[in-house]
Formats: sequence, C-alpha cells, structure tokens
Amino acid sequence: MNAALLRRAALLVWTLLVFTFIFAPIVSTIVFSFNADRFPSLPWCGFSLQWYEAVFADASVQRGLVNSLIVAAATSVIATFLGFAAAYVDYRYRFFGKAAYTAIVALPPTVPVVILGVAMLTFEGRIGLSGTLTGVTVGHVVLAAPFAMALVRMRLADLDPDIERAAWNLGATPWSTIVGVVIPFCLPAILASIFLTAAVSFDEFMIAWFVSGVNETLPVRVLAMLQGQVSPRINAIGALVFAVSMTLVVAAQILLGRNSRRSKEPQQ
Amino acid sequence: MTTTKAGPMLEIDRVAKRYGGTLAVAEVSFTIGKGEFIALMGPSGCGKTTTLRMIAGLDTPSEGEIRLWGRRINEDAPWERDAPLVWQNYALFPFLSVVKNVEFGLKQRGVPAAERRKKAMEWMERLGIAGFAERGVDQLSGGQRQRVALARALALEPEMLLLDEPLSALDPHLRVRMQSELVRLHRELGITFVCVTHSHSEAFAMADRVVIMSEGRVQQIGAPREIYRRAANRFVAEFVGGTNLFSGTATRADGGGLRVEGAFGSAIAPLPSDLTLGDGAAVTLVVAADRIDIAPTRSGTGNEIDARVVTLEVVGSSATVFLETAGGVDLRVQRSLHEIENTSLNPGQSVIARWSQDEGYFLPA
Repeated sequence: MNAALLRRAALLVWTLLVFTFIFAPIVSTIVFSFNADRFPSLPWCGFSLQWYEAVFADASVQRGLVNSLIVAAATSVIATFLGFAAAYVDYRYRFFGKAAYTAIVALPPTVPVVILGVAMLTFEGRIGLSGTLTGVTVGHVVLAAPFAMALVRMRLADLDPDIERAAWNLGATPWSTIVGVVIPFCLPAILASIFLTAAVSFDEFMIAWFVSGVNETLPVRVLAMLQGQVSPRINAIGALVFAVSMTLVVAAQILLGRNSRRSKEPQQ
Repeated sequence: MTTTKAGPMLEIDRVAKRYGGTLAVAEVSFTIGKGEFIALMGPSGCGKTTTLRMIAGLDTPSEGEIRLWGRRINEDAPWERDAPLVWQNYALFPFLSVVKNVEFGLKQRGVPAAERRKKAMEWMERLGIAGFAERGVDQLSGGQRQRVALARALALEPEMLLLDEPLSALDPHLRVRMQSELVRLHRELGITFVCVTHSHSEAFAMADRVVIMSEGRVQQIGAPREIYRRAANRFVAEFVGGTNLFSGTATRADGGGLRVEGAFGSAIAPLPSDLTLGDGAAVTLVVAADRIDIAPTRSGTGNEIDARVVTLEVVGSSATVFLETAGGVDLRVQRSLHEIENTSLNPGQSVIARWSQDEGYFLPA
C-alpha cells in the first residue's frame, strides 16, 4: 500500500521534472521578455513592455514577421491542397506502385533539413526562385505537405467507401461527390491541416535561412540578431513566436480531437 | 426515357464477373418486369450482391450484357442510372442533417431548393421520419436510419429501387414490421424492387419472384410457392428448407408412381416427367415437412414409415416434430399446434409418419 503510494509519488515527481526540463527555457523566455532589466537575471527588476515596444519598432523584425505570415499563409493553403489531393488519391485508387507513391509523398520530413535547405538553394538558384518569398514558400510546401496528407488520410480512414458510392448512386458525379461529400467530411482535418502546416512554416528556420536571401523570415531575422548581440528583444520575439505557433497547434488539436470524438460515438 | 416500353424492363443476359482469378458471378441470366418485386437470394458469396452492384453500375460485368428497356447499360456510370440503392449499412452522409440526406439526390439533379425540400418532406412524412428532419443521422436509431435511407432513395421517384440486405441490420421485431412496410410501399408505388437477401423467409415473404443463387450461378427462378413446392435441385431444396430429402434407389414403377427404397424406408411418389429413372437409379425423394402427418398406428393407405419421436419444437402456433425412422434417417414433420394437440408425442415414442402418394417429387441423387 505504502510502496504503491510511494511509487506513484515518485512517478509524479519524475513527470514534473521532465516537464520542467522541457518548458523551463520557454517559460524563462516569456518571463524575462517582461523584465525591465536588460540582463536575464534574478531578481526581477519589475514588469515592462519595453522589449515588445522595441521589437515592434524594429523595421527589420516587422518585415520578418510580415514575410513569415505571408509564407505561412501561402504554405498552409498550398500544402493542405496538395496533402488532401495526395491523401484522396491514396484513398480512392488502387494502382501499381502505390506503396512507393505514399512513401515518396511522406519522405520530405525525414530528410535532414540542412540537406533539404542546400538542395532547395541550388535548385531554386537555377530557376531564379532563390531569394524570393515564393522560393521560401516552395521549400515550406515540400516540408509541410506530408503533414497535411497524414492528417487528411487519418480522417479518410474513417470514411466508409460506400458513402462515396452512395453519392454516385444518387446521381452525383465523381467531382460533385468530392465537393459535396468528401471535402465536407474531411473539413475538420483540412482546417487542422491549415493550422498545423502554417505552424510548421512559421517555425521553420533552416530552409528559410538558405533560400530567403534578403527576404528574411522571422526565425532567420532572430538568428541574425542573436549573432550580433544578445538583447532581451529576443525574449519578446521568442514569446510572440511561441504564442503564434501554440495557437495554431492547439487549434489543430482541438479540431482533430472533436473530429475523432464524433467518429468514435457508438453507432446506435 | 424511351417511348415504347415493351418486353422486360431489365435483362441480365449471360452476365459474368471476375475479380482477378476468382469468378464471383458466372453466366447469370434472368429478366425483371416492370413493377416486379424480385429477391436475389443465396448464401454469402453466392454472387447476389455483385449482381445487384452491376445493376447499379458500381461494378462492370466482365462478360454478358445488362439491358434496360432493351438498351445496353453495361458502361453507363452509376450517376447516369436511375436505380437508387438502399445500402445494407445505410451509407447515410454523416455530416448532413436527415432532410439534407433525403434531398441529396434531388440536389444532384438540379431540383430547385424549395421544391426539393418540399419533396423530401413529403417522403419523410410518408416514412414517418418528418419529425427528425433537422437531426444529425448519428442521433437516429437503426430503424430510423433505415427509413432515412429509403426516403433518400425514393425521393428520386425512380422506376427501380435496389435494396441490399435491407433488414439484416434491424432487430427481429423491427424486421417484421419493415418487411410488411416494404411490401406495402412496393404495392403503393408500383415500381420495381430488386432486393438482395440471404434469408429465404424474407425473400419468400416479400418477393413476387425469387432468384436463388449459389457459387455465382442461378439455381432456380420462380415464385416463392413454385420454388417451395418444387425445388429445381438439391441445393435449393436444402437452402429453402422445410423439406425432407430421402436418398434411395428407384425400384419399379408402381401404378402411376415410382417406388423408392432406402435407409428411410420405402415410399411411392409420382413418376417424374422430366427425369428418366431406370430401375436401380439413385434418387432423392423430396417431401415437404408440412405434408407429412403423424398417426399412432398404420392405416394401410399412402406412404407409411415407422418412426420414433426425437423431439418437439413449438414456435407460436406451429410445431415441428423431429422423428427418426427405423433405418436411422431424420424426418421432420411440420404441423399447426392444434393438429397435434391430441396426439401424445413424447420422445422415444413410436409413431407412423404418413403422406399421400401424390406428394413428393424426385431429384437426381
């Protein structure tokens, strides 16, 4: 009895330690972003928004943020569209080499980003995309589309193949079946995919660093600033980026959670 | 729409379907008349569902031709056909409300919103689900979903309705109600119903004609009564049930009949017109269980077999008596309860199973 209690307590402490280890840097970033003192040291010298003001006043950070938002928005839409298409092909058709097809589609996130970044740079350099936001978006789409496909595919796995056939049987052409049946059914996964791929793009550093050139995205700008000097402004940016990414990821999680809860309801 | 609609509505002409190396349907031929209620019946894997799917266009025949009013429709896409299907699992659209489900087909046909809503509501009224119009389909019971599936198909006002095991997912009590409701709908609408089922009681209770299939082939086509009274072969006789199959040897013509002898005993049945049975040929004698009487003693008329009561099964007002003949062959007798009320049928008791010499028919062994 006591031993069991002890074991539970030990587990609890261990779990708390792990979470502390993971989140301490993030928490300290957020805490010190509001610190009036220039140095991240205790004791705290009082609450201040000056670093945020400084960040928003910095034109290069502003540009980085706008660039990041543009790239994230474009990436999320394109990657989700491609991911949906890839997942639907996988769901709908049986063909020779399908295993290879799905493997190739799922491949990009497993390639080290440094290699992906270098490859993107050389390839896009040849076709004149390097240094443009389009170029960064292309790189991010390659990286994010597999996530979109995985999300939509998970949802499609719950779609009884007879539902599509039922739509055909009632006079819907394959195209209007996709629009009127498959997409509405996948909508939670599609929205989740938009949020998640936006987060992937918004956080992505390596490809952007190789490809963006003068059109720096926010993470690239942050690194450039870090190389120059350690300023508490970094904390403010970190907190902002964290907030944006978390919002996107949590939104995706909520959508997917609701999604799976509904499909797990008893069928009676 | 064709102007002249002579001849059968739908012709299945030597249709075969192969999946890779396996033959799901082999050389199936039958016709369906306008307004008929046809049941495709057989054990699972007999090809009945594949045949239905080919009629709906969800599968394409590998061989043969399907004709609608004389026109080949093998290559017509499912969405070009007018044969809505009620799916075994209903296949309702989970993200749409009940009324949107019912409207779906009309919407595909470009019926204006107000009109399709009106039509959908009419059909839902008719099927008793109008009260659930705005609900999600996941909030409905199995029986209600079934009605939504029916309303969704019938709202298109088709000339032919396809039903895939429409009753199998319902509980027994609902099944009986739905069965009579389908019969009533069929009578009122006057359209063709093609229903797939593995249950002979469903098929026989609902259909005008039954197509019995096994291993991808048609075994017999006919009205339920015809099939029940005279099975075309051993498979049908066994599948339909309610009959006794006695194996034996044809011995000699005896008056207008043929005497057969076997482990079950000896009996006379009418000489078959379509079967030439020489002396000593192995045959199967089929005798319907409800044509056999039980008597305490021999009377010297008709076919009489000595038997022993094994057990008695009473379901509602009908009783099945399981006997064992002196030769150790099982024999079933089906009687209404009041017919056997005064006969004592204790297990082990000796009785006489008796039936008229006009009853029974022969099948090749």
